Amino acid sequence: MTTADELREVARKCRVHIVDMVYRAQAGHPGGSLSEIDLMTALYKTQLNVRPSEPKWEDRDRFILSKGHASPGMYAILAEMGFITVKDLESYRVLGGICQGHVDMKWCPGVDFSAGSLGMGLSFGMGTALAARLDGSNRQTYVMLGDGEIQEGSVWEAAMASAHHELGNLNVILDRNRIQNDDFCETQMRMFDIPAKWRAFGWNVMEIDGHDMEEIVEGLEFLAQSNDGPSILIAQTVKGKGISYMEDNPSFHGAAPNEEQYALAMKELGVSA
Amino acid sequence: MTKMEATRDGYGQALLELAENDKIVVLEADLGKSTKSLHFRKAHPERTVSCGIGEQNMLLVAAGMAASGYIPFASTFAIFTERAFEQMRNGVARPNLPVHLCGSHGGTHTGTDGSSAQSIEDLAIYRTLPNVTVIHPSDSVSTRILTKQLADSTSPSYMRTARNKTPVLYADAGDDVIQIGKGIELKDGKDVAIIACGVLVAEALKAADVLAEKGISATVVDMHTIKPIDSALIDVVAERCGALVTAEDHSIIGGLGGAVAEHLSTTNGTPLERVGVKDRFGESGQADEMLELMGLNAAHIVQAAEKSISRK
Ligand SMILES: Cc1ncc(C[n+]2csc(CCOP(=O)(O)OP(=O)(O)O)c2C)c(N)n1
Ligand SMILES: [Mg+2]
Repeated sequence: MTTADELREVARKCRVHIVDMVYRAQAGHPGGSLSEIDLMTALYKTQLNVRPSEPKWEDRDRFILSKGHASPGMYAILAEMGFITVKDLESYRVLGGICQGHVDMKWCPGVDFSAGSLGMGLSFGMGTALAARLDGSNRQTYVMLGDGEIQEGSVWEAAMASAHHELGNLNVILDRNRIQNDDFCETQMRMFDIPAKWRAFGWNVMEIDGHDMEEIVEGLEFLAQSNDGPSILIAQTVKGKGISYMEDNPSFHGAAPNEEQYALAMKELGVSA
Repeated sequence: MTKMEATRDGYGQALLELAENDKIVVLEADLGKSTKSLHFRKAHPERTVSCGIGEQNMLLVAAGMAASGYIPFASTFAIFTERAFEQMRNGVARPNLPVHLCGSHGGTHTGTDGSSAQSIEDLAIYRTLPNVTVIHPSDSVSTRILTKQLADSTSPSYMRTARNKTPVLYADAGDDVIQIGKGIELKDGKDVAIIACGVLVAEALKAADVLAEKGISATVVDMHTIKPIDSALIDVVAERCGALVTAEDHSIIGGLGGAVAEHLSTTNGTPLERVGVKDRFGESGQADEMLELMGLNAAHIVQAAEKSISRK
């Protein structure tokens, strides 16, 4: 068993990778990578049944980063898991590099979905969950959605259909960081009672603090145990979590830190100069 | 030094200038900072509709407003307009409602976001729709002027703009030079005619300079309107030069090259070489790296020109 402290340390390393990648590329999406990373760290370390040395192992659990712009977070945890090397992270947004701007299953080992267009991952996940059921396998599918992303109508087509088909092996983690591209969700498109919406669509729902490791581990256990239908973990998060000037700041949805900001970020992440 | 500006900035500027007509409304899908409709939103929030991240809804909301006497300009990335293609087809083009759809960040030139963000088929798909005018301007000034002209149209349109800066080609030009449906001859040569659109017009001009050093005189046409295509101008330059090249940051299937080829198939047949993305997807790279990797920059246009001439 990995302890909460160990998970926090892996997440801290991932945050360093995230800031490094975006700083080197001078482009990319730090905000949503930093908000999702505690969740993804715990998922990969405590629940996801995968084999880093055999990324295409047929009976692996599937993880689908539907909000594919938050790719630095995914590359970071893939490196910490050993699917790719820390050196590979230098190829983020570089011509010919396996770390494409948006996660792409054709390019990077450990990536199970070619993302970049929001609102597509849950439908794809429904497909992998149905396939697992047809195979008679109890492998699980996990889909990470952004809160802005769930404004796409296709998400709700998939939500309705997955409940109709009683896909207990389908699990969603919602990164509820309250910010999307241009501004706060509240300004762009109010979503009112999000948990109530999912419940009304027939889903099992649990709400947690997406940066509290103990709560996250408990929440992931809830997903693993709820098998009567699709389940969603709604994680309250902070966009840009861990870097003071990025936290809750819409400008760091898709912008890189400058030299001075980079130095400050490294300091805040406990990296000695 | 040539002034550099992104065509999306010309679009944003045009919306602001159009605002004095109180029938103009702007629709956004959480990309106003990128498409540059944000300037209009700041100045006229009451006439700006935030549709959240919901492109399909946005297109039909625009259609409803157009059917009620408004002139909607809706924008998102070129690639994400495609998600609402059927809404555009059945809800906008079929009833011929004047909805003006703008897709920014078009082409592989958009860069390191990678293949999911690089629309290379938008011009082709919208060109197949009856009633829809398709425009892809080459610089910020022509983008501003053409966008303003669209507001007077009674039919729908699709305009592609680009993310990154390119040279300003029409610093002092006005409506007399820049008109929907009229290609612009930027260089008048006799050996080969390069018909280009969007970010490749500047590359075509560079190619013409290289060709001139080799003693080849090239015509360069900025074919900003892909539909209706200026077939009269194609005939003129084909007749004069006897060899053609098309150049676009778009698939070689169905876009500008496709439109010109379709027209040539109805005439006596002038050799044509198409510079474009060769039936593949892009990847992450800087704008200039992408033009090189995809075979779209001036050097590739020069090669295509020589090949076209050799086929005379
Ligand atoms: C279909 C589609 N429309 C628009 C975009 C452009 N876009 C990229 S990220 C983003 C905001 C996403 O917000 P959210 O889902 O909340 O992600 P997070 O806050 O976790 O980064 C937008 C609009 C896109 N990638 N796909
Ligand atoms: Mg968000």
